[in-house]
Amino acid sequence: MSGGVRGDSDKHSAATVTVRIQAEDFDIASEIAALAEGRADIGAVATFTGLCRDEGGRLSSLELEHYPGMAERAIRTIANEAAKRFALTGITAIHRYGKIAPGCNIVLVVATAPHRQAAFDGASFLMDYLKTEAPFWKKEHRKGGGAGEWVSAKDSDDRAKARWDKR
Amino acid sequence: MSMRVVYFAWVRERLGKGSEELELPENVKTVGDLIAHLATLGEEYEAVFAVPQVIRAAIDEEHADHDEAIGAAREIALFPPMTGG
Repeated sequence: MSGGVRGDSDKHSAATVTVRIQAEDFDIASEIAALAEGRADIGAVATFTGLCRDEGGRLSSLELEHYPGMAERAIRTIANEAAKRFALTGITAIHRYGKIAPGCNIVLVVATAPHRQAAFDGASFLMDYLKTEAPFWKKEHRKGGGAGEWVSAKDSDDRAKARWDKR
Repeated sequence: MSMRVVYFAWVRERLGKGSEELELPENVKTVGDLIAHLATLGEEYEAVFAVPQVIRAAIDEEHADHDEAIGAAREIALFPPMTGG
């Protein structure tokens, strides 16, 4: 999904679940405000923002490719699971695609809950699953226009996901 | 059986196409069979699918293991491990 239209919320879950895949940047404050609007049962908001690094000045940009349709579906499945598992009041996940310059936003996760541990855990769980299960791929573009490499998947990301199995 | 196959990231780039409609032989029953079949379609295909373990798959937008049956799927996607986030 692209454009500035708010993604549809999942009415089957008690939590407000919003997932958007877009080329445009996002505004963290307004995403938090949207989750908190009209609710008095939220005691904690945890956010995670993933940005593009320049890898020691080597990169001119990262290009994010995704599988349209499946990308939103996969993240929504993970978000619904997080909402249920940690009894969140709301969760918002936004992932950008296209060319992203160093210092710019790539991904945002906002999790709200009555208490802080659930909000932290919800955001962390969502990111660990998103990194290994959402169909996105990163290609590096080097400064000076050199041919870029596709970023390799990390074993550490699989281990980060696996730690949630033990709980 | 005709099937839409879609490719992403370096799989797409090295094959020089994002998708194609393929007529699959009768003996292609699983994702693994499909990958083995693709490897016979030409030099680029052979190179891309030489190491099947590095290829991930989705059947109709759901993750699928290599031993999963293709059945009446509309779309099979083949791609490297994901690196989003």
